[in-house]
Amino acid sequence: PAAVMSVMDAWLGAETGLLKGVSVSRKQAVNFSSSSCLDRAQEVRALSWAGPGETELLVGSADGLVRTFSAEKGTFTSSRRCGEPHEGCFSGLHALGSALVTCTEKGAVRVWKEHSDVPVTEVRAGEHVHRMRQSPVAPHRVATGGKETPVKIWDLENPDKPMFTAKNLRDTWLDLRQPHWVRDMAFIPGTDRLVSCTGYHQVHVYDPSSPQRRPVLEAVFGEYPLTALSLPVDGHTVAVANTQGQMALLDLRKGLVCGVLKGASGSVRALQCHMTLPLIASCGLDRHLRIHSLQDRKLQHKV
Amino acid sequence: MDFTEVPVSDQGKGKKKKNKKTKKQKVSEEGEARGDDIDTKDGVKMERTEPVTVFPPTFSVSEIKNKQRRHLMFMKLKQDKRKQKIMLKKKKKKEREALGDKAPPKEVPKTIENQRVYDETTVDPDDEEVKFDEETDEFAAYFNRLTNPKVLITTSDRPRGRTVRFCEQLATVIPNAHVYYRRGLALKRIIPQCIARDFTYLMVINEDRKMPNGLVLCHLPDGPTAHFKVSSVRLRKEIKRRGKDPTAHHPEVILNNFSTRLGHSIGRLFAALFPQDPHFVGRQVATFHNQRDFIFFRFHRYIFKNEKKVGIRELGPRFTLKLRSLQKGTFDSKFGEYEWVLKRHEMDSCRRKFQL
Repeated sequence: PAAVMSVMDAWLGAETGLLKGVSVSRKQAVNFSSSSCLDRAQEVRALSWAGPGETELLVGSADGLVRTFSAEKGTFTSSRRCGEPHEGCFSGLHALGSALVTCTEKGAVRVWKEHSDVPVTEVRAGEHVHRMRQSPVAPHRVATGGKETPVKIWDLENPDKPMFTAKNLRDTWLDLRQPHWVRDMAFIPGTDRLVSCTGYHQVHVYDPSSPQRRPVLEAVFGEYPLTALSLPVDGHTVAVANTQGQMALLDLRKGLVCGVLKGASGSVRALQCHMTLPLIASCGLDRHLRIHSLQDRKLQHKV
Repeated sequence: MDFTEVPVSDQGKGKKKKNKKTKKQKVSEEGEARGDDIDTKDGVKMERTEPVTVFPPTFSVSEIKNKQRRHLMFMKLKQDKRKQKIMLKKKKKKEREALGDKAPPKEVPKTIENQRVYDETTVDPDDEEVKFDEETDEFAAYFNRLTNPKVLITTSDRPRGRTVRFCEQLATVIPNAHVYYRRGLALKRIIPQCIARDFTYLMVINEDRKMPNGLVLCHLPDGPTAHFKVSSVRLRKEIKRRGKDPTAHHPEVILNNFSTRLGHSIGRLFAALFPQDPHFVGRQVATFHNQRDFIFFRFHRYIFKNEKKVGIRELGPRFTLKLRSLQKGTFDSKFGEYEWVLKRHEMDSCRRKFQL
């Protein structure tokens, strides 16, 4: 499942290929695909906003189809094929003007222009890419990372070389190599720094403007792999969640836990903070959408 | 008191008569003194709490110092209470009979089960989404009769005592089950070998101090994995009035009270342990009964005595399970993704909320 939030309402994609719109005030989830044509192969892997003012929703399904959903009309307007199923599922999907940026798990980042079946640019970002994220400030900048693939920032207008490649952590005092597994990342708005969370329950902050390529800050949360991360509005905290459903707010200045968000009982697949309000939505394998307030960390809605 | 005792010890060396007299005197004195004391105390208290004065001298059985007398009084008290209770019951019954049909309906006792907090995920049998989800999940192959269950039962390393016997008896309950010695192998290594040999289940029984206390049930080839706590295991030998040993017929399976979405997945997990076509000749039935999130397992043989009466005879073993976690995919406790984890204190803060 994946989640995207609009004004007090959330959109969810399910493993069965359903797209759900959740109305928080009515505590209802409405399916926006006919339940007769369900297919596990169409599992929703990525969701993203497109078009001016959050009017269209891009739905990336596991078989390589990207469907466009109009939030105003409430129907799927178009669908197009971006990549073959054997190249892996989508790990990231973003709109770049009228074009599309997709990233598969095998590490192929592609830019698709409208009405053409051939990608304009293609970047190999390494094997096992777990997530691709777009910078909110400069939309042509994307970050990728995955298992044994360090965080890389790509400028899609200049796709030959990554803008920034992270270095692995220093070897341990036994001279053993530290394993590497980036699960999610996000650009910190206002700065050019980047925060990532790993499968080894660490949160790393990278700073491409400084000469140091290793993380400038490391924080540890819990004992289980962190799966999702999201940045709230206030800018100096980050919300992370792990496979056991523990969610916490970490301070990005010192790397300490500011607060814990309780309620989830299963692995969290996606976290999303509201653009302006101090709210955070989480959804995952426990089949609930939970919306927490970031100020008092209380559970506000559960659908 | 000291003052009154001292003369007794002085005088009590030869003159018994006197002694008695003095005793009597003493008692009377004491009584007076006590009475005085009480009065004064009362007076003090009265002054302090004038408006709320309640002083019928509260008598409690536990204040009696003589043990035999205390016991006697206590028994009397109990009897009285019982009599009162019976009287009240009789009275109610008479009223009921007098009212006849117009009597108010009998009150249903409040239990935490019928006061259960409604769970949003309670499965509606004609919900298409859930239906589709279940039709396409990991157990679909079993429920579409494509695979036959084949179960591998193993234990934690170096099983002792009851755990070994428990495994053997489980293998007689579940058809097509194979018990293997663990031999110190890691579960993550066993799983690929099991898949290669077409096993559909891996069952690991963990023990603590020779008592089985944990059960990992892993559906192969691609999950899910459930982890249960096992308690109150009673082997065949320890069951009273048990029947003969079970036969090799496929038993019927009864799943009770698995109502929520999570409960459904757990129920399907158990159902897929047993082959789909039970041999009704064997008249054996395995029951998984869920009550207050505890799953009770019983294994019976039944017989129809006449059209209305059925006799059952327990064959054993019996045990209780409690779900600790449900994990997506095969066993991977470190990097696996959990569908549901029992979080104590967070989840059981409400006693009327049940997860299964």
